[in-house]
Amino acid sequence: MGGWAIAVHGGAGVDPNLPPHVQEEAKKLLTRCLNLGISALRSNHSAIDVVELVVRELETDPLFNSGRGSALTANGTVEMEASIMDGKGRRCGAVSGLTTVKNPVSLARLVMDKSPHSYLAFSGAEDFARQQGVELVENEYFVTEENVGMLKLAKEANTIVFDYRIPAVGSETCSAVAESPLQMNGLPISVYAPETVGCVVVDNQGRCAAATSTGGLMNKMNGRIGDSPLIGAGTYACNLCGVSCTGEGEAIIRGTLAREVAAVMEYKGLSLQEAVDFVIKERLDEGFAGLIAVSNKGDVACGFNTTGMFRGCATEDGFMEVGIWE
Amino acid sequence: MGWAIALHGGAGDIPVSLAAERRQPREAALRHCLKVGVDALKAQKSPLDVVELVVRELENNPHYNAGRGSVLTREGTIEMEASIMDGNTKRCGAVSGLTTVVNPISLARLVMEKTPHIYLAFDGAERFAREQGIETVDSSHFITQENIERLKQAKEANRVQIDYTQPIQKDEKKETPTADGDSQIGTVGCVAVDSHGNLASATSTGGLVNKMVGRIGDTPIIGAGTYANNLCAVSATGKGEAIMRGTVARDVAALMEFKGLSLKEAAAYVVEECVPRGNVGLVAVSAKGEVTMAYNTTGMFRACATEDGYSEIAIWPSVQN
Repeated sequence: MGGWAIAVHGGAGVDPNLPPHVQEEAKKLLTRCLNLGISALRSNHSAIDVVELVVRELETDPLFNSGRGSALTANGTVEMEASIMDGKGRRCGAVSGLTTVKNPVSLARLVMDKSPHSYLAFSGAEDFARQQGVELVENEYFVTEENVGMLKLAKEANTIVFDYRIPAVGSETCSAVAESPLQMNGLPISVYAPETVGCVVVDNQGRCAAATSTGGLMNKMNGRIGDSPLIGAGTYACNLCGVSCTGEGEAIIRGTLAREVAAVMEYKGLSLQEAVDFVIKERLDEGFAGLIAVSNKGDVACGFNTTGMFRGCATEDGFMEVGIWE
Repeated sequence: MGWAIALHGGAGDIPVSLAAERRQPREAALRHCLKVGVDALKAQKSPLDVVELVVRELENNPHYNAGRGSVLTREGTIEMEASIMDGNTKRCGAVSGLTTVVNPISLARLVMEKTPHIYLAFDGAERFAREQGIETVDSSHFITQENIERLKQAKEANRVQIDYTQPIQKDEKKETPTADGDSQIGTVGCVAVDSHGNLASATSTGGLVNKMVGRIGDTPIIGAGTYANNLCAVSATGKGEAIMRGTVARDVAALMEFKGLSLKEAAAYVVEECVPRGNVGLVAVSAKGEVTMAYNTTGMFRACATEDGYSEIAIWPSVQN
């Protein structure tokens, strides 16, 4: 009890046929990000700084669906969104519709710290980015060949019935649809890209923070906003805890999932793990999602009702764990 | 148990000295919209239909900050947003950054019903509007002279405001400026419940005067400006940034659910304890047919009615409150 704690995620809802080498890469990335965060925490950085720096790392790496490696819109472009919240004072910042900002989570932080508002989107957000002098790149920078292939499959999946055999992307996966018709957000799981990355931290002063970043849903309509930039849905932090969610956007928004964890702690006195379990079990109805959370007491917890969630967590007393499956 | 409905035209530092010619059209609009909503409930329309209908009326009225009459961004443009939620299913729809859609709340409803998504914004939302054939007009339709003036004044004072119902004369010193602006009429909204306990909520706005282009407030954020489940329906108004961090609409419902507070108690708690003074107002109804209208600002344009014959149209605190 007490002390710092950190958790990261790379999305909930993982293809059970994901090739082992990809699973290894994912675990390595999660471990690297955890270690970055741990190092910062040991150097007494504040929770809000740590969540930002860890999510930046996740955005920059093309493996998960955020920043570079983001899922593509129906037009083949990238539109990214992110949010960040500081439990101390419940200050927050969010951005949507970014197309040239290299690190969306950092722009969300600037919205929180340097603008009179909490949420900026599309061309207004891009203008703000230019004014703030953040690093900008061409939209193509974010697009990976793998996702171009995934987009094609997603488009095909949208016009087919369940027994279509979707050819593999990458050498080792075999098709998922005929054999295990798992779906998330209306896409077969082999095509669905787990949507998001996130990080939650409680520092050694007991301050909590949370941040979430994503490219959104593969083949989404341009202009579609998901749960990741919505305070209370994808991200929430207060003086009790910090929460970041991932999975089916609709389920997370309707369930105001991140706020829910904090609300049952606050109003029902549940512990962090009890709150996480309650929310996953009772608040998702037919939806699929996962979340990570930390409490001001130094607890860390995660929960998901999906097939897997890329995640890692660590606490000051030396506990550390990285995982994908149950 | 019976039906109940409440609507608002924004909470803020509405001066008690508000001139008759500014007050009367707003009161008349509240009266008219209340009647529209009550008639619809009596005709057995679903609460989802009722809240959309009432908010459309408020959007069409140029005296309120939604649809026509929306306040202007710092570029002098219009960017409207709205959200709607159905308590039974918790399905919801939201839109932001609209510039030509005559009734943003109706587009929010279409997002809910006709797309696999919940929230569409800016160009994507405008494109969707055209695909759906919903009524659109040139953006100039929404701009009123009053709002052009408001923007001018806000720029001169270098302020971002929610609205400004005080007289336009520059020598007016009656306002009591708070740290971030003065009178706050942020939004319009409506909540309704039918006699079966079905609930719905809808909220719509032009946002803050002199806001940055692309700024999104609490109105389209489910759980902040709008929320409905099987216990209650809530629509909030005021300073968007404060309502977002306070997850105001969701918290009213959460307090009822997790702490067993009544509708009135939950609403009072949220406006008194969860958001700084001068920043928020809300209207809410419960599945049992109760209604409450709470605010921590000087006033809130509001109206409500219940099946047992109670009705109220007001701006400032009424005597018995």
